[in-house]
Amino acid sequence: MGRVKLPIGPQHPALKEPENFTITLDGERVVDVDIRIGYTHRGIEKLMESRTYTQNLYLVERICGICSYAHVENFTQNVEEILGIQIPKRAEYIRTLFLELERLHSHFLWLGVAGHEIGFDTLFMYTWQDREVVQDLLEMISGNRVNYAMNAIGGVRRDVSVEHQKKVLQGMDYLEKRAEYYKEVAINEKTILARAENVGILKTKDALKFSAVGPTARASGITVDIRKDDPYASYLDTPFDVITTNTNDVLGRVVVRVLEIFESIKIIRYLMAHLPVGEIVTKAPRKVPEGESISHTEAPRGEDFHYLRSNGTEKPERYKVRTPTLANLPALAEMLKGTYLADVPIIVAAIDPCMGCMDRVLLLKGNEKPGELVDGERLRRYSIKWFAERGWKA
Amino acid sequence: MVCGKGVEGIDILLTLLYLFIFPGFLFLFAFSLFTEYLDRKIYARMQRRVGPPFLQPFADLVKLAAKEDVVPEKAEHFMFTAAPIIGLAAIFAAYLYLPIVSSTGLHSFNGDLVVVLYLLTIPTLALFLGGWYSGNVFGQKGGMRVASLLFSYEIPFFLALLTPALIEGSWKMADIVHFEISHPLEFIVSLLGFVIALIALQGKLERLPFDIPEAETEIVAGPLVEYSGRRLALFRLARDAEMVVGAGLLAVVFLAGPEPIVQLEPVYLSWIVGALVFLVKTLFVIFLLILMKSAVARIRTDQMISFAYKWLIPLALVQIFIAIMVRFLGGI
Amino acid sequence: MKVPGKMLPKIIGFIVRKPVTVLYPKQRLTPPETLRGKMKFHLDRCISCGLCARDCPSAACTMHEIDGKKRPVFDLDYCTFCAQCAESCPKDAIEMTSEFELAHYKKGEAIVK
Repeated sequence: MGRVKLPIGPQHPALKEPENFTITLDGERVVDVDIRIGYTHRGIEKLMESRTYTQNLYLVERICGICSYAHVENFTQNVEEILGIQIPKRAEYIRTLFLELERLHSHFLWLGVAGHEIGFDTLFMYTWQDREVVQDLLEMISGNRVNYAMNAIGGVRRDVSVEHQKKVLQGMDYLEKRAEYYKEVAINEKTILARAENVGILKTKDALKFSAVGPTARASGITVDIRKDDPYASYLDTPFDVITTNTNDVLGRVVVRVLEIFESIKIIRYLMAHLPVGEIVTKAPRKVPEGESISHTEAPRGEDFHYLRSNGTEKPERYKVRTPTLANLPALAEMLKGTYLADVPIIVAAIDPCMGCMDRVLLLKGNEKPGELVDGERLRRYSIKWFAERGWKA
Repeated sequence: MVCGKGVEGIDILLTLLYLFIFPGFLFLFAFSLFTEYLDRKIYARMQRRVGPPFLQPFADLVKLAAKEDVVPEKAEHFMFTAAPIIGLAAIFAAYLYLPIVSSTGLHSFNGDLVVVLYLLTIPTLALFLGGWYSGNVFGQKGGMRVASLLFSYEIPFFLALLTPALIEGSWKMADIVHFEISHPLEFIVSLLGFVIALIALQGKLERLPFDIPEAETEIVAGPLVEYSGRRLALFRLARDAEMVVGAGLLAVVFLAGPEPIVQLEPVYLSWIVGALVFLVKTLFVIFLLILMKSAVARIRTDQMISFAYKWLIPLALVQIFIAIMVRFLGGI
Repeated sequence: MKVPGKMLPKIIGFIVRKPVTVLYPKQRLTPPETLRGKMKFHLDRCISCGLCARDCPSAACTMHEIDGKKRPVFDLDYCTFCAQCAESCPKDAIEMTSEFELAHYKKGEAIVK
């Protein structure tokens, strides 16, 4: 059949969100990958500039459907830093609880998706069934399954009662048992091993070169975890380990995530045992003084980075989000080269992509024709000009 | 047709009944849909889901048949249309040779086992042709996969199914069934062959872990990607019927099919009893097929080929060697 | 031990056991009381301050003058159920209930006054 160009996406069952991977195939081997993004761009960053900080709390949450809380956490941290507010200790603990519950449900979800990508639908059904336990806990505490709307600027909106704590601990006992079982299955099921071992290799030096983040980097033996490297919320008080493996393959990414489930359970147990008493929110003014702030958190998929520039009004002047998926895409292109077509879905799934969050488009108002390439230098000059016109420092 | 009152007239009537209603095409049609229901329901229950209602497969078929039928512009119209019909026809033809109600099928002759095996290869080829002529890159990729995997399961399937024939020394399914029922030990001797045939049948039916040609997450639906409406319905029916005929063939060759026969008057009563025995055995084989797909991931093309050549075919040869030894040493 | 079908022993047991999913309209699961569902508005407590409408992120809550009093009207077609209005209200005139089955046929049918 010779060389064939196979379009994976924008509409394809392997991708949960529309993105295009044009794969050049030689038989069943992948020769080249061309990734095109921009199909689900929603313009959230721009939209945020026209909304107040309170309204933005709920918009930021909708950047991602799975790691929604990591984004809100970043946003509130940014605003609080410019305002100079210290949030109450109890609020910090509750935020950490939510961050970890979110990681739990994201990792269970990912395990199921990975199973589905290699045709293991039974695993998919079981993990999603267990994920419901986490979702129920989140719903019980916050009032919603996905967009928890838990953060306020200066703290959290809802308290965790004693009864909630008891139920959370019960849920953790159940999930620990289930995670134990999945660990057993993942490293012993022959067909999973056949599909995951030595597949999608990302060597440590390549992971560094392409700046991979999160579990993808940790599976390549890089100890990187924002929770440890730059502690936020209450991670400084909380004992936990950073999980790494050095198998560099999809199986390593499975193992890292399964073991991180145990770490999350450990953290949640600690938080529940040491929850401080006191207020959950400090009053914050509506107007934010002029300033700049960055914040990063360890979302379930990796480092999530936010930038905020305020101008003394009720609305932000500029907001910028870089989600972990965008950081992992160059590494993904490297992983895909030389693999089998059959491995493409699981390798793409192994970085736990969230296309909607990372998507971005580029509009150039010049003489460029559609599809024309613009080099980095020209883009840089364009952005300096753009900012200079608005009176910002370059 | 006007029927006389003589014995001949009844025979014609019974033949027609056999051919079109029971255990002929209508029964196969109903049983295929029931099998699909069972497959989906048990699979769902294993995954702790509720599963489809009883008439769902039938409703799906009716819905598909009522849909607009599209032939893509790039597709080869004739082959694209012919492929599902050829596939279905081959399976229905193979079905008629299976001894279902008594130890002989509609027509029993020396070598009918080989004919059934041959007819069962045709749906795979039809799938390949359908995919290849659909003019879609996913369809062609799927067709290529069908063709490249063909030998990795056909060879062990043939070898395994010929074992009982070797032990008995006949290519006639009726003889094999008779022999098995009088020599129960034969089942134990050919147990290895049964397992190999089961795995190969799973590959033939393109079910997990061998559903490589239509791997949803890789190449969408493979050869079926451009099919819609009636043609897709035919392909789906062919897939279900193939499962019934394949499982039935295993039940006949390894588990003695409709035997032991109870002789009853009138003759159709003993037919019904025979068919029930056959059904139970077929459903047992189908249940094993469902179990096999429930707890595994899909493997890759290269892994399947190496699995077939490293394990299935050598083991099938060992089985044949055992069969020859048994026969050489004077039978069971 | 590394074998294919590692989960099989567990899976077989589930064939005869009750499924965990339910057929929705016939069987219903009860949501927790803390769920942020359809809101309930107490007109008598409202002081027409308009803070709810000002903070609403999706313009579901707008101020209208009805019977001589300025008051919020909630259009659930726009609502994201963040409950910010309930939090912004200084008099607790807005309350979130756990009612969540809000499907309707036409735009503008689900309005809470």
